[in-house]
Amino acid sequence: MPTFVYMTSCDGCGHCVDICPSDIMHIDKTYRRAYNIEPNMCWECYSCVKACPQNAIDCRGYADFAPLGHSVRTLREEEKGTISWKIKFRDGTEKNFVSPIRTTPWGSIKSPSDYALPSQEALKSQELAHEPEALNIEGGLPALTRDQLKQGVV
Amino acid sequence: MFASNPFAELSGLVSPALMQAYVVIMIILVAGGTIYDVLHKRSAKYFFDNWRNSQSKGTHQVGGAELTSLAVQTAMSEVLTSSEFCNPHRRAAHLLTMYGFILYVLTTVIMVFGYPTPATSTPTILPTLWTIGALSVCAGGYWFWFFIRADVAAEGNSPFRLIRADLFIVSLLASVTLGLIWAFLQSNGSSWTTVFLALYLIATTVLFGSVPWSKFSHMFFKPAAALQKRVSEADGTRRNLPPPADKPEIFGSARRQPRHY
Repeated sequence: MPTFVYMTSCDGCGHCVDICPSDIMHIDKTYRRAYNIEPNMCWECYSCVKACPQNAIDCRGYADFAPLGHSVRTLREEEKGTISWKIKFRDGTEKNFVSPIRTTPWGSIKSPSDYALPSQEALKSQELAHEPEALNIEGGLPALTRDQLKQGVV
Repeated sequence: MFASNPFAELSGLVSPALMQAYVVIMIILVAGGTIYDVLHKRSAKYFFDNWRNSQSKGTHQVGGAELTSLAVQTAMSEVLTSSEFCNPHRRAAHLLTMYGFILYVLTTVIMVFGYPTPATSTPTILPTLWTIGALSVCAGGYWFWFFIRADVAAEGNSPFRLIRADLFIVSLLASVTLGLIWAFLQSNGSSWTTVFLALYLIATTVLFGSVPWSKFSHMFFKPAAALQKRVSEADGTRRNLPPPADKPEIFGSARRQPRHY
């Protein structure tokens, strides 16, 4: 379901242009509003839909489940940490979904540039950046012993 | 320059009646251009279709008193304080430009019609407010133009790339900047005064005459869109958006931290 923009709601702030991983959200040259320049290349990640502060971006539902008269709308609530979806079908059926966006408080994730540069020793380590802290496991990585391998879960 | 009425000084070269006729023509161009824009793009039809659609599907009928209250709230919030902008820099630049432009236009009209010649002494406050308004437009407009515009800040295009969407902001900045330069040169008796007067008039005519092709009329359309948004929230349709999440305590930052990896 590629995305499209309601031109009357968009204020041309550029959030979707910044966030689109496919770089297909651009600013229209006539009206200075955002638009999806190539729906065929849309990854359908809905980053733009969720990021739009004006709720001006929508999803164009596929014809097999949401033909004429449908609507697929989403609402991101940062303070609650939720993303809600409302799917409206042509026959009037509505489906509502609420999901958590993330597990940490809004604004608590530091960008890579906020961290100190790694040392040469750290670069030679098997661990990736910020591990093991970033894995959220206290006391290092768990180690499996041979007799635990067939148990499935540590 | 701050204390002298530039239009009274101009009356030696151009008759007050001609200046007043020019202002009236500009007002007619804005009104006519907006009406043409509304008819050509069918924006009014789209607006009222949405309005009727929202009314028929709403869970709550918005009455006249409630509608008036919503209109007042829209005027106080979205119109007067540009609250719809999420970026505080963009909002500040917009407010500087908007209030500067209002001040600049109002004082221009008052000076042209009320104090068109040196014979009627102009209160010092008017040319001072005219200059402050013009400087405010320049501050907000150039800030927006060079640093905030999405096609520059987000898309990385050159600030000097011109597209049709720039017609309004470019003609506005050109008109105000050239007006300030013209007023300054005129107050100093420079020989370049006439040249800058001509450039000022060209830029101003483009600003007010290009309404159907520029974003000038957004100042009328955006408040209507903001009102429609408020009405859709009041009547329960919420532009088809989902209702606010009702169980945030089990989601987001309140959610138990995962222990797996």
